[in-house]
Amino acid sequence: MNYRAIRAIYLFEMARTWRTLLQSIVSPVVSTSLYFVVFGAAIGSRITEVEGVSYGTFIVPGLVMLSVLTQSISNASFGIYFPKFAGTIYEILSAPISYFEIVIGYVGAAATKSIILGLIILATAGLFVPLHIQHPVWMLTFLVLTAVTFSLFGFIIGIWADGFEKLQMIPMLVVTPLTFLGGSFYSVNMLPSGWRTITLFNPVVYLISGFRWSFYEIADVSVGLSLGMTAAFLVACMVIVAWIFRTGYRLKN
Amino acid sequence: MSPIISVSNLSKTYGSGFKALKGINLDIAKGEIFALLGPNGAGKTTLISIICGIANPSEGRIAIGGHDIIKDYRAARSMIGLVPQELHTDAFESVWATVSFSRGLFGKPKNPAHIEKVLKDLSLWDKKDNKIITLSGGMKRRVMIAKALSHEPQILFLDEPTAGVDVELRKGMWEVVRTLQAAGVTIILTTHYIEEAEEMADRIGVINKGEIILIEDKATLMQKLGKKELTLQLQSKLDAIPAVLAAYNLELSSDGRTVTYDYDTKGDRTGITSLLNDLRNAGIRISDLDTRQSSLEDIFVSLVRAP
Repeated sequence: MNYRAIRAIYLFEMARTWRTLLQSIVSPVVSTSLYFVVFGAAIGSRITEVEGVSYGTFIVPGLVMLSVLTQSISNASFGIYFPKFAGTIYEILSAPISYFEIVIGYVGAAATKSIILGLIILATAGLFVPLHIQHPVWMLTFLVLTAVTFSLFGFIIGIWADGFEKLQMIPMLVVTPLTFLGGSFYSVNMLPSGWRTITLFNPVVYLISGFRWSFYEIADVSVGLSLGMTAAFLVACMVIVAWIFRTGYRLKN
Repeated sequence: MSPIISVSNLSKTYGSGFKALKGINLDIAKGEIFALLGPNGAGKTTLISIICGIANPSEGRIAIGGHDIIKDYRAARSMIGLVPQELHTDAFESVWATVSFSRGLFGKPKNPAHIEKVLKDLSLWDKKDNKIITLSGGMKRRVMIAKALSHEPQILFLDEPTAGVDVELRKGMWEVVRTLQAAGVTIILTTHYIEEAEEMADRIGVINKGEIILIEDKATLMQKLGKKELTLQLQSKLDAIPAVLAAYNLELSSDGRTVTYDYDTKGDRTGITSLLNDLRNAGIRISDLDTRQSSLEDIFVSLVRAP
Protein backbone atom coordinates (compact mmCIF):
# COMPACT_ATOMS: atom_id res chain seq x y z
CA MET A 1 0.00 0.00 0.00
CA ASN A 2 1.25 3.45 -0.88
CA TYR A 3 -0.02 5.11 2.31
CA ARG A 4 1.86 8.31 1.61
CA ALA A 5 0.02 8.69 -1.66
CA ILE A 6 -3.37 8.11 -0.01
CA ARG A 7 -2.43 10.67 2.61
CA ALA A 8 -1.28 13.15 -0.07
CA ILE A 9 -4.56 12.89 -1.99
CA TYR A 10 -6.66 12.98 1.18
CA LEU A 11 -4.91 16.05 2.57
CA PHE A 12 -4.95 17.75 -0.82
CA GLU A 13 -8.70 17.30 -1.03
CA MET A 14 -9.25 18.39 2.56
CA ALA A 15 -7.13 21.48 1.92
CA ARG A 16 -9.51 22.35 -0.89
CA THR A 17 -12.35 22.31 1.65
CA TRP A 18 -10.65 24.73 3.99
CA ARG A 19 -9.80 26.96 1.06
CA THR A 20 -13.42 27.03 -0.03
CA LEU A 21 -14.80 27.11 3.49
CA LEU A 22 -17.63 29.47 2.65
CA GLN A 23 -18.89 27.31 -0.18
CA SER A 24 -18.19 23.95 1.48
CA ILE A 25 -19.52 24.50 4.98
CA VAL A 26 -21.19 27.84 5.44
CA SER A 27 -23.63 27.71 2.54
CA PRO A 28 -25.15 24.31 3.44
CA VAL A 29 -25.54 25.50 7.03
CA VAL A 30 -27.31 28.66 5.87
CA SER A 31 -29.66 26.75 3.60
CA THR A 32 -30.46 24.24 6.35
CA SER A 33 -31.25 27.06 8.72
CA LEU A 34 -33.65 28.40 6.11
CA TYR A 35 -35.39 25.02 5.94
CA PHE A 36 -35.86 25.16 9.69
CA VAL A 37 -37.28 28.65 9.56
CA VAL A 38 -39.67 27.82 6.72
CA PHE A 39 -40.66 24.20 7.41
CA GLY A 40 -39.93 23.96 11.10
CA ALA A 41 -41.21 27.27 12.40
CA ALA A 42 -43.59 28.76 9.81
CA ILE A 43 -45.29 25.66 8.38
CA GLY A 44 -44.45 23.28 11.22
CA SER A 45 -46.41 25.35 13.72
CA ARG A 46 -49.57 24.47 11.77
CA ILE A 47 -48.79 20.77 11.59
CA THR A 48 -49.62 18.52 14.49
CA GLU A 49 -47.08 16.07 15.80
CA VAL A 50 -45.85 13.33 13.47
CA GLU A 51 -45.80 9.95 15.18
CA GLY A 52 -45.27 11.48 18.56
CA VAL A 53 -42.61 14.10 17.79
CA SER A 54 -43.04 17.74 16.82
CA TYR A 55 -42.76 18.45 13.10
CA GLY A 56 -39.62 20.59 13.54
CA THR A 57 -37.90 17.74 15.38
CA PHE A 58 -39.19 15.16 12.93
CA ILE A 59 -37.52 16.74 9.90
CA VAL A 60 -34.03 16.99 11.49
CA PRO A 61 -32.73 13.55 10.36
CA GLY A 62 -34.17 14.12 6.87
CA LEU A 63 -32.48 17.50 6.58
CA VAL A 64 -29.14 16.11 7.71
CA MET A 65 -29.46 13.29 5.16
CA LEU A 66 -30.46 15.74 2.43
CA SER A 67 -27.22 17.67 2.98
CA VAL A 68 -25.03 14.60 3.45
CA LEU A 69 -26.36 13.03 0.24
CA THR A 70 -26.03 16.08 -1.95
CA GLN A 71 -22.71 17.19 -0.48
CA SER A 72 -21.16 13.73 -0.72
CA ILE A 73 -22.06 13.58 -4.37
CA SER A 74 -20.94 17.09 -5.19
CA ASN A 75 -17.67 16.84 -3.19
CA ALA A 76 -16.62 13.54 -4.67
CA SER A 77 -17.76 14.24 -8.21
CA PHE A 78 -16.02 17.60 -8.28
CA GLY A 79 -12.93 16.19 -6.59
CA ILE A 80 -12.24 13.74 -9.40
CA TYR A 81 -13.83 15.71 -12.23
CA PHE A 82 -11.68 18.77 -11.68
CA PRO A 83 -8.28 17.06 -12.20
CA LYS A 84 -9.75 15.53 -15.35
CA PHE A 85 -10.91 18.94 -16.52
CA ALA A 86 -7.69 20.75 -15.54
CA GLY A 87 -5.49 17.94 -16.87
CA THR A 88 -3.70 17.40 -13.56
CA ILE A 89 -5.03 13.82 -13.55
CA TYR A 90 -1.90 12.92 -15.54
CA GLU A 91 0.04 12.94 -12.32
CA ILE A 92 -2.36 10.64 -10.47
CA LEU A 93 -2.36 8.19 -13.38
CA SER A 94 1.43 8.17 -13.68
CA ALA A 95 2.05 7.74 -9.95
CA PRO A 96 2.93 4.38 -8.38
CA ILE A 97 -0.51 4.10 -6.84
CA SER A 98 -3.28 1.54 -7.23
CA TYR A 99 -6.84 2.39 -8.18
CA PHE A 100 -7.98 1.27 -4.78
CA GLU A 101 -5.66 3.82 -3.17
CA ILE A 102 -6.91 6.58 -5.47
CA VAL A 103 -10.49 5.80 -4.45
CA ILE A 104 -9.65 5.74 -0.73
CA GLY A 105 -7.99 9.15 -1.05
CA TYR A 106 -10.74 10.90 -2.98
CA VAL A 107 -13.78 9.15 -1.54
CA GLY A 108 -12.36 9.24 1.98
CA ALA A 109 -11.89 13.00 1.79
CA ALA A 110 -15.33 13.60 0.27
CA ALA A 111 -17.01 11.41 2.91
CA THR A 112 -15.08 13.10 5.72
CA LYS A 113 -16.27 16.48 4.55
CA SER A 114 -19.89 15.48 4.37
CA ILE A 115 -19.76 13.76 7.78
CA ILE A 116 -18.33 16.93 9.30
CA LEU A 117 -21.02 18.88 7.53
CA GLY A 118 -23.77 16.52 8.74
CA LEU A 119 -22.61 16.98 12.32
CA ILE A 120 -22.49 20.75 11.92
CA ILE A 121 -26.03 20.74 10.56
CA LEU A 122 -27.13 18.56 13.43
CA ALA A 123 -25.62 21.05 15.85
CA THR A 124 -27.33 23.90 13.98
CA ALA A 125 -30.64 22.04 14.23
CA GLY A 126 -30.08 21.78 17.97
CA LEU A 127 -30.34 25.57 18.11
CA PHE A 128 -33.86 25.46 16.66
CA VAL A 129 -35.45 22.34 18.16
CA PRO A 130 -34.73 20.05 21.10
CA LEU A 131 -32.75 17.02 19.93
CA HIS A 132 -32.49 13.59 21.39
CA ILE A 133 -30.67 10.69 19.80
CA GLN A 134 -31.77 7.26 20.98
CA HIS A 135 -29.05 5.25 19.25
CA PRO A 136 -25.97 7.43 18.71
CA VAL A 137 -23.85 4.53 17.46
CA TRP A 138 -26.41 3.59 14.83
CA MET A 139 -26.86 7.24 13.98
CA LEU A 140 -23.11 7.49 13.25
CA THR A 141 -23.15 4.17 11.40
CA PHE A 142 -25.90 5.38 9.06
CA LEU A 143 -24.18 8.73 8.66
CA VAL A 144 -20.82 7.19 7.73
CA LEU A 145 -22.34 4.51 5.52
CA THR A 146 -24.42 7.06 3.64
CA ALA A 147 -21.52 9.49 3.27
CA VAL A 148 -19.21 6.78 1.93
CA THR A 149 -21.82 5.28 -0.38
CA PHE A 150 -22.83 8.57 -1.94
CA SER A 151 -19.25 9.78 -2.17
CA LEU A 152 -18.55 6.65 -4.22
CA PHE A 153 -21.62 7.43 -6.29
CA GLY A 154 -20.32 10.99 -6.75
CA PHE A 155 -16.92 9.65 -7.75
CA ILE A 156 -18.61 7.61 -10.47
CA ILE A 157 -20.50 10.67 -11.71
CA GLY A 158 -17.28 12.70 -11.70
CA ILE A 159 -15.56 10.11 -13.87
CA TRP A 160 -18.52 9.71 -16.18
CA ALA A 161 -19.11 13.45 -16.63
CA ASP A 162 -17.34 15.06 -19.57
CA GLY A 163 -18.75 18.51 -18.98
CA PHE A 164 -20.01 20.68 -16.16
CA GLU A 165 -23.66 20.17 -17.16
CA LYS A 166 -23.37 16.44 -16.74
CA LEU A 167 -21.73 16.99 -13.39
CA GLN A 168 -24.81 18.92 -12.28
CA MET A 169 -27.38 16.82 -14.08
CA ILE A 170 -27.54 13.71 -11.90
CA PRO A 171 -27.60 15.59 -8.58
CA MET A 172 -30.21 18.05 -9.89
CA LEU A 173 -32.47 15.75 -11.83
CA VAL A 174 -32.18 12.52 -9.87
CA VAL A 175 -30.80 12.91 -6.38
CA THR A 176 -32.61 16.05 -5.23
CA PRO A 177 -36.05 14.80 -6.32
CA LEU A 178 -35.42 11.39 -4.79
CA THR A 179 -34.38 13.01 -1.52
CA PHE A 180 -37.37 15.33 -1.40
CA LEU A 181 -39.70 12.45 -2.24
CA GLY A 182 -37.82 10.12 0.11
CA GLY A 183 -39.47 11.31 3.28
CA SER A 184 -37.14 14.13 4.33
CA PHE A 185 -40.08 16.31 5.26
CA TYR A 186 -42.84 13.77 5.89
CA SER A 187 -43.51 10.25 6.97
CA VAL A 188 -44.15 7.85 4.11
CA ASN A 189 -47.16 6.67 6.14
CA MET A 190 -48.78 10.06 5.50
CA LEU A 191 -49.07 9.21 1.78
CA PRO A 192 -52.06 7.48 0.13
CA SER A 193 -51.32 3.74 -0.14
CA GLY A 194 -50.69 3.79 -3.93
CA TRP A 195 -48.02 6.44 -3.60
CA ARG A 196 -46.55 4.65 -0.64
CA THR A 197 -45.88 1.58 -2.75
CA ILE A 198 -44.21 3.69 -5.43
CA THR A 199 -42.13 5.46 -2.79
CA LEU A 200 -40.71 2.14 -1.63
CA PHE A 201 -38.77 1.96 -4.92
CA ASN A 202 -36.91 5.11 -3.89
CA PRO A 203 -33.62 4.05 -2.26
CA VAL A 204 -33.41 7.30 -0.30
CA VAL A 205 -36.49 6.28 1.72
CA TYR A 206 -34.45 3.53 3.35
CA LEU A 207 -31.59 5.82 4.24
CA ILE A 208 -33.76 8.49 5.81
CA SER A 209 -35.97 5.97 7.55
CA GLY A 210 -33.04 4.17 9.15
CA PHE A 211 -31.39 7.41 10.12
CA ARG A 212 -34.59 8.74 11.67
CA TRP A 213 -35.04 5.50 13.58
CA SER A 214 -31.64 6.02 15.22
CA PHE A 215 -32.98 9.33 16.55
CA TYR A 216 -36.58 8.67 17.55
CA GLU A 217 -37.17 4.94 17.00
CA ILE A 218 -39.77 5.78 14.40
CA ALA A 219 -39.29 4.33 10.95
CA ASP A 220 -41.17 3.90 7.68
CA VAL A 221 -39.48 0.59 6.96
CA SER A 222 -37.65 -1.84 9.22
CA VAL A 223 -34.13 -0.90 10.30
CA GLY A 224 -32.67 -4.15 8.97
CA LEU A 225 -34.12 -3.38 5.56
CA SER A 226 -32.70 0.15 5.71
CA LEU A 227 -29.27 -1.16 6.51
CA GLY A 228 -29.52 -3.87 3.86
CA MET A 229 -30.55 -1.43 1.13
CA THR A 230 -27.79 1.02 2.02
CA ALA A 231 -25.22 -1.78 1.99
CA ALA A 232 -26.57 -3.03 -1.35
CA PHE A 233 -26.17 0.42 -2.88
CA LEU A 234 -22.65 0.63 -1.46
CA VAL A 235 -21.72 -2.69 -3.03
CA ALA A 236 -23.25 -1.65 -6.36
CA CYS A 237 -21.14 1.53 -6.37
CA MET A 238 -18.01 -0.45 -5.50
CA VAL A 239 -18.64 -2.84 -8.37
CA ILE A 240 -19.02 0.07 -10.81
CA VAL A 241 -15.85 1.76 -9.53
CA ALA A 242 -13.93 -1.51 -9.87
CA TRP A 243 -15.19 -1.82 -13.44
CA ILE A 244 -14.21 1.80 -14.23
CA PHE A 245 -10.66 1.19 -13.13
CA ARG A 246 -10.35 -2.18 -14.75
CA THR A 247 -11.36 -0.80 -18.12
CA GLY A 248 -9.88 2.69 -17.69
CA TYR A 249 -13.30 4.08 -18.64
CA ARG A 250 -13.04 7.84 -19.32
CA LEU A 251 -9.65 7.90 -17.60
CA LYS A 252 -7.26 6.13 -19.90
CA ASN A 253 -7.18 5.68 -23.64
CA MET B 1 24.61 -2.91 -19.81
CA SER B 2 20.88 -3.60 -19.92
CA PRO B 3 18.79 -0.61 -21.00
CA ILE B 4 16.89 1.40 -18.39
CA ILE B 5 13.92 1.65 -20.74
CA SER B 6 13.11 -1.15 -23.09
CA VAL B 7 10.17 -0.84 -25.47
CA SER B 8 9.47 -3.85 -27.61
CA ASN B 9 7.00 -4.17 -30.41
CA LEU B 10 4.73 -1.48 -28.98
CA SER B 11 1.57 -0.64 -30.89
CA LYS B 12 -1.31 1.61 -30.03
CA THR B 13 -4.64 1.71 -31.78
CA TYR B 14 -7.19 4.19 -30.47
CA GLY B 15 -10.87 3.37 -30.19
CA SER B 16 -11.49 5.32 -33.37
CA GLY B 17 -9.26 2.83 -35.21
CA PHE B 18 -6.42 5.33 -35.56
CA LYS B 19 -3.04 3.60 -35.29
CA ALA B 20 -0.91 6.02 -33.28
CA LEU B 21 2.06 3.70 -32.84
CA LYS B 22 3.14 0.81 -35.04
CA GLY B 23 5.56 -1.75 -33.67
CA ILE B 24 7.91 0.57 -31.81
CA ASN B 25 11.21 -0.89 -30.60
CA LEU B 26 13.38 1.38 -28.54
CA ASP B 27 16.07 0.93 -25.91
CA ILE B 28 17.29 3.82 -23.80
CA ALA B 29 20.58 3.50 -21.95
CA LYS B 30 20.98 4.64 -18.38
CA GLY B 31 22.27 8.17 -18.08
CA GLU B 32 21.80 9.26 -21.68
CA ILE B 33 19.85 12.17 -23.06
CA PHE B 34 17.62 10.90 -25.81
CA ALA B 35 15.80 13.32 -28.05
CA LEU B 36 12.70 12.14 -29.82
CA LEU B 37 12.00 14.28 -32.84
CA GLY B 38 8.92 14.23 -34.95
CA PRO B 39 6.25 16.42 -36.50
CA ASN B 40 2.96 17.09 -34.71
CA GLY B 41 0.83 13.98 -34.45
CA ALA B 42 3.77 11.64 -35.04
CA GLY B 43 3.11 9.71 -31.83
CA LYS B 44 5.68 11.26 -29.49
CA THR B 45 3.22 12.07 -26.72
CA THR B 46 1.36 8.76 -27.13
CA LEU B 47 4.62 6.87 -26.70
CA ILE B 48 5.48 8.81 -23.54
CA SER B 49 1.95 8.48 -22.17
CA ILE B 50 2.08 4.71 -22.51
CA ILE B 51 5.50 4.42 -20.89
CA CYS B 52 4.32 6.57 -17.97
CA GLY B 53 1.03 4.73 -17.45
CA ILE B 54 -1.38 7.39 -18.71
CA ALA B 55 -2.50 5.40 -21.74
CA ASN B 56 -2.80 1.67 -22.27
CA PRO B 57 -0.70 -0.12 -24.89
CA SER B 58 -2.60 -2.15 -27.47
CA GLU B 59 0.30 -4.53 -28.06
CA GLY B 60 3.87 -4.97 -26.99
CA ARG B 61 5.84 -4.75 -23.80
CA ILE B 62 7.67 -2.03 -21.90
CA ALA B 63 10.13 -2.50 -19.05
CA ILE B 64 11.56 0.26 -16.88
CA GLY B 65 14.72 -0.79 -15.06
CA GLY B 66 13.62 -4.37 -15.72
CA HIS B 67 10.12 -3.81 -14.25
CA ASP B 68 7.17 -4.45 -16.51
CA ILE B 69 5.02 -1.28 -16.62
CA ILE B 70 1.80 -3.23 -16.16
CA LYS B 71 2.62 -6.17 -13.91
CA ASP B 72 5.10 -4.27 -11.79
CA TYR B 73 3.73 -0.76 -12.23
CA ARG B 74 4.68 0.53 -8.79
CA ALA B 75 8.39 -0.19 -9.20
CA ALA B 76 8.35 1.00 -12.80
CA ARG B 77 6.47 4.25 -12.21
CA SER B 78 8.35 5.28 -9.09
CA MET B 79 11.47 5.59 -11.25
CA ILE B 80 9.87 8.08 -13.61
CA GLY B 81 9.25 11.80 -13.48
CA LEU B 82 7.01 13.20 -16.19
CA VAL B 83 6.69 16.76 -17.42
CA PRO B 84 3.81 16.78 -19.90
CA GLN B 85 3.52 19.14 -22.78
CA GLU B 86 0.45 21.03 -21.59
CA LEU B 87 0.63 23.26 -18.54
CA HIS B 88 -1.61 21.27 -16.21
CA THR B 89 -1.43 22.81 -12.76
CA ASP B 90 -3.59 23.18 -9.69
CA ALA B 91 -4.21 26.88 -10.08
CA PHE B 92 -5.08 27.63 -6.47
CA GLU B 93 -2.33 25.66 -4.79
CA SER B 94 0.93 27.20 -3.67
CA VAL B 95 4.12 26.15 -5.41
CA TRP B 96 5.41 24.52 -2.24
CA ALA B 97 2.18 22.59 -1.63
CA THR B 98 1.89 21.26 -5.16
CA VAL B 99 5.51 20.11 -5.31
CA SER B 100 5.25 18.45 -1.87
CA PHE B 101 2.01 16.78 -3.00
CA SER B 102 3.81 15.18 -5.93
CA ARG B 103 6.46 13.75 -3.64
CA GLY B 104 3.81 12.21 -1.40
CA LEU B 105 1.92 10.83 -4.38
CA PHE B 106 5.02 8.93 -5.42
CA GLY B 107 5.26 7.43 -1.94
CA LYS B 108 8.37 9.23 -0.81
CA PRO B 109 8.76 10.44 2.80
CA LYS B 110 8.74 14.19 3.38
CA ASN B 111 12.02 15.88 2.61
CA PRO B 112 11.77 19.67 2.77
CA ALA B 113 15.50 20.01 2.07
CA HIS B 114 15.12 18.23 -1.26
CA ILE B 115 12.09 20.29 -2.26
CA GLU B 116 14.00 23.43 -1.33
CA LYS B 117 16.92 22.37 -3.50
CA VAL B 118 14.68 21.60 -6.48
CA LEU B 119 12.89 24.95 -6.17
CA LYS B 120 16.19 26.81 -5.85
CA ASP B 121 17.69 25.01 -8.86
CA LEU B 122 14.69 26.06 -10.91
CA SER B 123 14.73 29.64 -9.58
CA LEU B 124 11.34 29.16 -7.95
CA TRP B 125 12.38 29.54 -4.34
CA ASP B 126 11.14 33.11 -3.92
CA LYS B 127 7.79 32.04 -5.42
CA LYS B 128 7.29 29.05 -3.16
CA ASP B 129 4.30 30.56 -1.32
CA ASN B 130 2.67 32.03 -4.42
CA LYS B 131 -0.42 30.48 -5.87
CA ILE B 132 0.33 28.88 -9.21
CA ILE B 133 -2.36 30.94 -10.94
CA THR B 134 -0.27 34.07 -10.29
CA LEU B 135 2.80 32.71 -12.09
CA SER B 136 3.87 33.32 -15.67
CA GLY B 137 3.80 30.56 -18.26
CA GLY B 138 7.54 29.96 -18.01
CA MET B 139 7.32 29.68 -14.23
CA LYS B 140 4.42 27.24 -14.47
CA ARG B 141 6.54 25.12 -16.77
CA ARG B 142 9.27 25.11 -14.14
CA VAL B 143 6.74 24.22 -11.43
CA MET B 144 5.84 21.17 -13.49
CA ILE B 145 9.50 20.23 -13.75
CA ALA B 146 9.84 20.71 -9.99
CA LYS B 147 6.87 18.37 -9.44
CA ALA B 148 8.50 15.75 -11.63
CA LEU B 149 11.80 16.08 -9.77
CA SER B 150 10.21 16.15 -6.32
CA HIS B 151 10.42 12.38 -5.93
CA GLU B 152 14.00 12.02 -7.17
CA PRO B 153 13.26 10.06 -10.35
CA GLN B 154 15.95 8.14 -12.21
CA ILE B 155 14.28 8.86 -15.52
CA LEU B 156 12.85 12.20 -16.56
CA PHE B 157 10.48 12.66 -19.48
CA LEU B 158 10.27 16.15 -20.86
CA ASP B 159 7.51 16.43 -23.45
CA GLU B 160 8.21 19.58 -25.46
CA PRO B 161 9.84 21.30 -22.48
CA THR B 162 10.67 24.52 -24.25
CA ALA B 163 7.58 25.02 -26.40
CA GLY B 164 6.59 28.64 -26.02
CA VAL B 165 9.46 29.39 -23.67
CA ASP B 166 11.74 32.38 -24.22
CA VAL B 167 15.43 32.00 -25.12
CA GLU B 168 16.72 32.89 -21.68
CA LEU B 169 14.54 30.33 -19.95
CA ARG B 170 15.27 27.71 -22.59
CA LYS B 171 18.99 28.04 -21.88
CA GLY B 172 18.24 27.82 -18.16
CA MET B 173 16.36 24.59 -18.73
CA TRP B 174 19.18 23.10 -20.75
CA GLU B 175 21.39 23.91 -17.79
CA VAL B 176 19.05 22.05 -15.44
CA VAL B 177 18.94 19.07 -17.80
CA ARG B 178 22.74 18.90 -17.93
CA THR B 179 23.00 19.04 -14.14
CA LEU B 180 20.50 16.20 -13.90
CA GLN B 181 22.43 14.14 -16.40
CA ALA B 182 25.59 14.70 -14.41
CA ALA B 183 23.71 13.33 -11.40
CA GLY B 184 22.97 10.16 -13.38
CA VAL B 185 19.38 10.87 -14.44
CA THR B 186 18.30 9.48 -17.81
CA ILE B 187 16.44 12.09 -19.84
CA ILE B 188 14.06 11.64 -22.72
CA LEU B 189 12.91 14.81 -24.36
CA THR B 190 10.61 15.34 -27.25
CA THR B 191 10.90 18.43 -29.30
CA HIS B 192 10.38 19.80 -32.71
CA TYR B 193 13.20 22.25 -32.28
CA ILE B 194 16.07 20.56 -34.08
CA GLU B 195 18.43 23.03 -32.47
CA GLU B 196 17.45 21.72 -29.08
CA ALA B 197 18.17 18.12 -30.01
CA GLU B 198 21.51 19.16 -31.47
CA GLU B 199 22.39 21.07 -28.35
CA MET B 200 21.31 18.52 -25.78
CA ALA B 201 21.00 14.99 -26.97
CA ASP B 202 23.42 12.07 -26.94
CA ARG B 203 21.17 10.14 -29.28
CA ILE B 204 18.40 11.19 -31.55
CA GLY B 205 15.37 9.24 -32.65
CA VAL B 206 12.98 10.40 -35.34
CA ILE B 207 9.38 9.27 -35.20
CA ASN B 208 6.84 9.80 -37.94
CA LYS B 209 3.34 8.43 -38.42
CA GLY B 210 3.76 6.10 -35.46
CA GLU B 211 7.02 4.58 -36.62
CA ILE B 212 10.57 5.18 -35.54
CA ILE B 213 12.37 5.88 -38.78
CA LEU B 214 15.82 6.66 -37.46
CA ILE B 215 17.82 6.23 -34.28
CA GLU B 216 21.37 7.44 -34.35
CA ASP B 217 24.10 8.84 -32.14
CA LYS B 218 24.21 12.55 -32.44
CA ALA B 219 27.91 12.33 -33.33
CA THR B 220 27.09 10.21 -36.39
CA LEU B 221 24.38 12.62 -37.39
CA MET B 222 26.75 15.52 -36.92
CA GLN B 223 29.17 13.87 -39.32
CA LYS B 224 26.43 13.93 -41.88
CA LEU B 225 26.06 17.57 -40.99
CA GLY B 226 29.70 18.08 -41.96
CA LYS B 227 28.72 17.48 -45.57
CA LYS B 228 28.43 20.50 -47.80
CA GLU B 229 27.09 20.91 -51.27
CA LEU B 230 28.60 23.14 -53.94
CA THR B 231 26.26 24.25 -56.66
CA LEU B 232 27.67 25.63 -59.88
CA GLN B 233 25.59 27.52 -62.44
CA LEU B 234 26.97 26.95 -65.91
CA GLN B 235 27.14 29.60 -68.61
CA SER B 236 26.13 27.15 -71.29
CA LYS B 237 24.09 23.99 -71.28
CA LEU B 238 25.95 20.70 -70.74
CA ASP B 239 24.67 17.41 -72.18
CA ALA B 240 26.77 15.15 -69.99
CA ILE B 241 29.54 15.37 -67.43
CA PRO B 242 32.87 14.96 -69.29
CA ALA B 243 34.71 11.71 -68.48
CA VAL B 244 37.71 13.59 -67.06
CA LEU B 245 35.50 14.83 -64.24
CA ALA B 246 34.05 11.42 -63.35
CA ALA B 247 36.10 11.19 -60.13
CA TYR B 248 34.18 14.10 -58.58
CA ASN B 249 30.82 12.32 -58.68
CA LEU B 250 29.16 15.42 -60.00
CA GLU B 251 25.47 15.59 -60.49
CA LEU B 252 24.04 17.37 -63.51
CA SER B 253 20.59 18.90 -63.34
CA SER B 254 18.03 17.83 -65.92
CA ASP B 255 18.22 21.19 -67.74
CA GLY B 256 21.98 20.73 -67.99
CA ARG B 257 22.73 24.12 -66.50
CA THR B 258 23.56 23.23 -62.90
CA VAL B 259 26.20 20.94 -61.47
CA THR B 260 26.35 19.94 -57.82
CA TYR B 261 29.32 18.59 -55.92
CA ASP B 262 29.25 17.08 -52.41
CA TYR B 263 32.28 17.53 -50.20
CA ASP B 264 33.26 17.12 -46.59
CA THR B 265 34.44 20.23 -44.76
CA LYS B 266 36.07 18.06 -42.12
CA GLY B 267 38.20 16.19 -44.67
CA ASP B 268 41.87 17.10 -45.29
CA ARG B 269 41.02 18.53 -48.64
CA THR B 270 37.69 19.48 -50.07
CA GLY B 271 38.69 19.02 -53.70
CA ILE B 272 37.17 22.35 -54.64
CA THR B 273 40.32 23.90 -56.08
CA SER B 274 41.14 20.96 -58.30
CA LEU B 275 37.51 20.68 -59.39
CA LEU B 276 37.47 24.32 -60.48
CA ASN B 277 40.79 23.83 -62.28
CA ASP B 278 39.57 20.72 -64.05
CA LEU B 279 36.34 22.45 -65.03
CA ARG B 280 38.30 25.28 -66.60
CA ASN B 281 40.57 22.81 -68.38
CA ALA B 282 37.48 21.07 -69.73
CA GLY B 283 36.30 24.42 -71.04
CA ILE B 284 33.28 24.65 -68.78
CA ARG B 285 32.57 28.20 -67.71
CA ILE B 286 30.77 29.09 -64.54
CA SER B 287 28.35 31.96 -64.10
CA ASP B 288 27.67 31.58 -60.38
CA LEU B 289 28.39 29.36 -57.43
CA ASP B 290 26.81 28.66 -54.12
CA THR B 291 27.58 26.39 -51.17
CA ARG B 292 25.20 25.09 -48.57
CA GLN B 293 25.40 22.92 -45.51
CA SER B 294 22.85 20.19 -44.91
CA SER B 295 21.44 20.52 -41.40
CA LEU B 296 19.75 18.09 -39.09
CA GLU B 297 16.64 19.85 -40.19
CA ASP B 298 17.24 18.79 -43.83
CA ILE B 299 17.81 15.21 -42.76
CA PHE B 300 14.69 15.39 -40.68
CA VAL B 301 12.56 16.94 -43.38
CA SER B 302 13.73 14.47 -46.01
CA LEU B 303 13.01 11.60 -43.62
CA VAL B 304 9.50 12.62 -42.71
CA ARG B 305 8.60 13.64 -46.26
CA ALA B 306 9.52 10.26 -47.66
CA PRO B 307 6.34 8.35 -48.51
